[in-house]
Order: sequence, then structure tokens, then C-alpha cells
Amino acid sequence: MTNNQLIALKRPIDQVGVEERVARFQTRSIKTEAKIQGLKMALNMIDLTTLEGKDTAGKVRQMCYKAMHPHDALPDLPTVAAVCVYPTHVATAVDALKGSGVKVAAVATAFPSGNSSRKIKLADTKIAVDAGADEVDMVISRGEFLSGNYSFVFDEIAAIKEACGKARLKVILETGELSTLDNVRHASDIAMLAGADFIKTSTGKISPAATMPVTLTMLEAIRDFYYETGKMVGMKPAGGISKSKLALHNLVMVKETLGDAWLSNEWFRFGASSLANDVLMQLAKQAEGRYQGLDYFSKD
Amino acid sequence: MAKKKETKLDFGSKWDYSAAPESAGHAEIKKEYGLYINGKFVKAEGGKKFASTSPSSEKHIAYFAEASNKDVDKAVKAARKAYNEVWGPMAPKERAKYIFRIARLMQERAREFAVLESIDGGKPIRESRDVDVPIAANHFFYYAGWADKLEYAFPGKTAKPVGVSGQIIPWNFPLLMAAWKIAPALACGNTVVLKPAETTPLTAMKLAELIHDSGLPAGVVNIVTGAGATGAAIVNHPDVDKVAFTGSTGVGKIIQKAIAGTNKTATLELGGKAANIIFDDAPTDQAVEGIINGIFFNQGHVCCAGSRLFVQENVKDIVIKKLKDRLSTLIVGDPMDKNTDVGAINSKEQLATINKYLKIGVEEGAEIYQPNCTLPKKGNWCKPTLFLEASQSHRIVQEEIFGPVLTVQTFRTIDEVIDKANNTPFGLSAGVWTDKGSKIFNLTTKLRAGIVWANTFNKFDPTSPFGGYKESGYGREGGLQGLSAYVKLN
Repeated sequence: MTNNQLIALKRPIDQVGVEERVARFQTRSIKTEAKIQGLKMALNMIDLTTLEGKDTAGKVRQMCYKAMHPHDALPDLPTVAAVCVYPTHVATAVDALKGSGVKVAAVATAFPSGNSSRKIKLADTKIAVDAGADEVDMVISRGEFLSGNYSFVFDEIAAIKEACGKARLKVILETGELSTLDNVRHASDIAMLAGADFIKTSTGKISPAATMPVTLTMLEAIRDFYYETGKMVGMKPAGGISKSKLALHNLVMVKETLGDAWLSNEWFRFGASSLANDVLMQLAKQAEGRYQGLDYFSKD
Repeated sequence: MAKKKETKLDFGSKWDYSAAPESAGHAEIKKEYGLYINGKFVKAEGGKKFASTSPSSEKHIAYFAEASNKDVDKAVKAARKAYNEVWGPMAPKERAKYIFRIARLMQERAREFAVLESIDGGKPIRESRDVDVPIAANHFFYYAGWADKLEYAFPGKTAKPVGVSGQIIPWNFPLLMAAWKIAPALACGNTVVLKPAETTPLTAMKLAELIHDSGLPAGVVNIVTGAGATGAAIVNHPDVDKVAFTGSTGVGKIIQKAIAGTNKTATLELGGKAANIIFDDAPTDQAVEGIINGIFFNQGHVCCAGSRLFVQENVKDIVIKKLKDRLSTLIVGDPMDKNTDVGAINSKEQLATINKYLKIGVEEGAEIYQPNCTLPKKGNWCKPTLFLEASQSHRIVQEEIFGPVLTVQTFRTIDEVIDKANNTPFGLSAGVWTDKGSKIFNLTTKLRAGIVWANTFNKFDPTSPFGGYKESGYGREGGLQGLSAYVKLN
């Protein structure tokens, strides 16, 4: 699409209205059975993540075990949805997770800044896919977006999508750098039109990350895209969601914005590392009626 | 172009919220409430009483005394005496302390008031907890601040109290309306005889208990319960100086006639049929949310409800689609459940009125739409309703329904929508949804309504005046302007 066509996509978002809607979601009271179901759903939607310079094969393997066995002391727990690692650790994760159903996601395209050439980004993507990644989490070029070069962003996403082959593409907007909800909405629309399978808020390296107003704005973009094309796109808030209550309010937002079809890890994910243990602690509390100490939950 | 596949979202039962009832155990309800006259709780002359029942569970709540002419006379006499001897002469900063105390006590007992408001009136606990009670307390805080600063409110003039104020309030916001009326009256040095609506007297009597606990001198605020006859006794009492009424336009007209030729002054806050106007350049999702809140807040029992939707024809399809989707996610039912969005219709009579209009709308040929929600078996309920393809000549567009019913009309140009929005005997409120600031200012100067909200709706704040044009009444409540009705200026 041309830059002018992409400029014409801009739609206004009223930030005050979005914040009011979010406040309303936060008044939802999730208790008893619904809470247990919601917590299990949240656990099953987590992309357990490690994205550090000091990551090693050993660290990744241990995290993969946690992904498959979140807390064996509790029966009937689902696994998490995926583990999310740098491309160099994909092979290790694929091997560790074999047969478990837990997906492997790799961040690519010069994550987290995205400041590199198209050639390098495509190569980065290819390395991840060739190593067996089921999903690729790319970052958009925020500098190009903010300078108004929307067609650059569109073309780049389309090119990476092609390089992904069968792997599902998550497009990270890094909303903390886009600054306005109007921009978040515009970037969401560009990403979906360019072929994103998921849109994702943040790298986790920039704050603010996945705030509820940002996530709602993106969910509403997904809804409009679905209305207009019939195509479902997934959503992944990432960064800043470390407590169960916030995760449940995110799920409330999904349920009341997009409906039942999105309430599955095929269409909704949490990018988080510390959320899993908080969810497990809440589930244990629901089962046993009291809170357990933090050291009863493994840190991987 | 190939026809697109119809896409539909499924707001089903994959993850239903479990019941989350607010506990009511801490809220004490007496078997029987008397009248609050001259600082005492007394029985009505002859012991007449009436019952109040819950509109959601249909359970009996309590008995309330039915005030006769004699009781009202006693209350007015007590108010006069308190005005002459205590409240009128009191230093304004001392009056302020009492009003602050009422505000603080209301905050302390907020939960209890919220629970009782929902039991008695049927509104969702979320609203009574987050809207009614906090704003009621804020009104007392706000006007307490004015009590000793009236010379700044009316520079160059001396503001004296009016005297005894007779106040009659409706059933849609029982506690909040009591606060709207009592707070400015007290701040300006007036005394009060207040009558709550006969279907919702509970929080007014709780307020009487709170006022009693605050140590407010006897007779400054008197609260008498009863129906229309009690209200008439207040309006017609020769020693009442000022009448403040919120309710229907029909009763407002009767009051206007009754006080003609007397020295009484009045403020009337009456019905409405607000236009909510959405342009093609509006932020659609936020506008849809505002439209929903504009009409379904408090089951549509709101005089300023945005009950007439005008949608620009080129965005009609998407706006209606989103409205329908949003209706599917509204939770209708038990007012005491923290997740309930739409509660019970306040009374059997009001439900009958709403149902009458639903029938009229269908007969007039408007297309009715209601979501698939199950309603409780007991109680007064009405599904949130849209009437699509409505016309300016339909009665459902012209008359106030006072229920969860939204009529939807389309428009093409800005001049057309201004004409249609103003083409009503009412003029209380209006809403405008557009991303363009200049359009907002253009419309706000041309819409004949006392309140115009832009990119929001149903916002109430003690600092902001509220009141109508035309048959929606006169006088303003709230803000600096709200003081005017309760002072004589020299």
C-alpha cells in the first residue's frame, strides 16, 4: 500500500473515553469458579519469556521444564502457551519442549530496537524459523513510523511475514515509544493489513508497556479488522502484567470486546515472566484457602 | 465487488462471571420509620403508614409513615422556628462545620448507603457505590465550602437566606437528589422540609438518622415521607418560602399553578428527551460506549438520559453493529451483584409505562432490537432496547419514556440534526460526538439544552450547574449558580 493510502487509514481515538472504559472493566468482580477458570486460562495464555544478554542453554532448558510443569503440586494445571527466546536459543527450546504442545516463539528483526537493515532482519527471521520456531515476534521500525514513513513499516512487516513461512507472526508495536493512542491504533491497522497474525504491545524493554488503555485500543482495532475482513488477529500484551488481578481484568476486556472466540491461547497471549508464579500462587490459594510463601513456587 | 461474509462476534458463555453479591448484612433496616420533625422521629398523625418493597426481589423492606397536612404543618413550623432562632442567625462558618460533618459521615457510611439505595431503588450496586453516594457526599463538601464565602459568590451584593425551603425529590436518585437540594439550602442559611418519593424513602430516612447523628440543630432539616398529597401539602403550605422540585413535567406544571400569585419562588428540574449526536468523524468505539452509558445508566431512569440517538447516515451501519454487540455484553439482573450493569425497573407502574411505549414503538413501525439476555423471574425488569429506523414523528421519539429504551434516527447534515435535536418541548441535555473541536462549539451554541456534553455523557459534578430549557424546567442546581435559588440579594 502507498504511504497516502496508509495515512488515510488514521482513525481518531479518544483517550479519556478509553480510560473510562478501562476503569469500567476494572470494576468487574471475578470470584470463586470464574476466578479459577480465569486463572487457568491466563496460565495457559502465557508466553514464558527470557530475553536477556546473559541467557544460556541451561537457563532456557530449565524455563522450558517450568513451561510444561508450571506447578506439579497442583493437579489439572494447563501448560503455558509458549516460551519466548532469542533466535540463538530456539533449537534448545524446540528440543526441550518436544511433544509437549508448548510453542516456541523467537524475537527477531534486531529486537528490541529494530534498528538494522532489512537484510539483517530477514536473515534474523530466517535463522529463527529454520531452527524450528513456531512463532516470530518482530519489532516495527518506530523511527520510520514516527517520521511518517508508514509504507516502510508496512512493507517491512509484509516482507517478514513472507519470510516466516508457516510460523505465526507477532508484530510488536512498542507502544511506549508511539506515545499516543491514535498512533497505537494506526500502527495496529498497518500491521494487520500487512499480514500480522498477532499484534503485540511491547518488547518489555521500554516503559510504559502493556497498559490496559493501549491493549483496549488494539483489541478494538482487531475487532474492526474482523468486521471488515472476517479475519481473526491475535493480541499479545507484553510487559508490565505481573499480577493475576491485572491479567484477569485483561481477560475481562477480551471477553467483552471480542467475545468467546478470542478466549484461547490461539488468539490471546500474555508476554510475561513473573505473572506465572502469581497466577500459581492464586490458584494454590483457591485450592487450599490460604496463601503460601513465595518460595513454594519455582523461579525459572 | 464480492459480497463480504457477514462477521459476527460471539458473546457467549465460555467464561461467565460467578455471582459476586455485595454483602448487605452490615446495613441496618428498621421495621418501621417515622417522620423526622424537629430533631425527633415521630409517627404520622393517626399512625398512617405505607410499605416499600424491593423492585428486584419484591420483598417487603419496611413501613414508612405517611405524612398528613398536619404533619407537614408541624414540619414547616419546626423549620420556621429553627430558621428564626438558630440557623438563620448562626455565623456562616459555624453552619459550614455542620455541613462538612454531614459530608464526612456520609463518606464513612458510604457502603451502607450504597447497599440500601440498591435494595430500595433497584439500581446496580456499582452505580450506587461509584456514583450516587460519592457525588452526594461531594455536594455537601462543595456547598459547605461556600457557606462563609457568599459575599464572593455575589460580589457587591448581600446574600440573605430565603427562609423555609420545601423540597420534593424523585425516585431515580433518592440520596443524590436529597443532597442536591439540602446542601445548597443549608449553606445559604435556609431550613428544609424534604419529601422523598414514596417508592424510595429508605435512604432519605437513613439520611435523617445521619443528620441527627451529626448534631445539626433540631428543625433545620425535616424529612417527611408520603405520596403526592404530602407533596401538595408542602407546596401549598403558606409558610414555605421556596419550592424546589425534581420530577415529571406534569407535576411541575401543577406546582407552577399552585404557587402562582404567592410570594414563593421555585426551581423545577423536570423531564427530558436528550439528543445524543454522533458524527462520522467521532472516535466510534468511545462514542458507542458513551451512547450506551447515556441511555442505560440507572435503567434509563435519568431525566438527562441520551434517549434519542442521531447517527450520521454514512456511519449508521457500523455504529448500530457496535451498539448491538455492546448490548450483548450488558449484564442485566440482581442489583446487588457487583457485575450487574442494568438493574431493576424502579416500580411496577414505571415498568407498565415503559412496556406501553415498547408497544407503541412497534405499532409505529420502528424496528425493535433487544439482546438475548435472561431476566430474573421475580421483580420488575426490562431488556435494554433499541428502536431502529425511528422517525421524528414517532411518539417514542417525542415523549419521555424514562426507561432503558433508545431511539435511533439518522441525519445527513449538521443543520438537519440541530433542527431535529431542538424539535422537542424538552431541553435538559444533549451530547455531541466528534473529533473536531470547532464542530463542538458550533453545536453547543445552537442546541437548546441546559447541559451539552461533548465526547462524554452523564457527567455530574457539584461544581457544575445543572438545569433545563423549555419544559425541562428552570433554575440551576449545582455550582455557583446553584446558590442563587437559595438567597435573596440586596
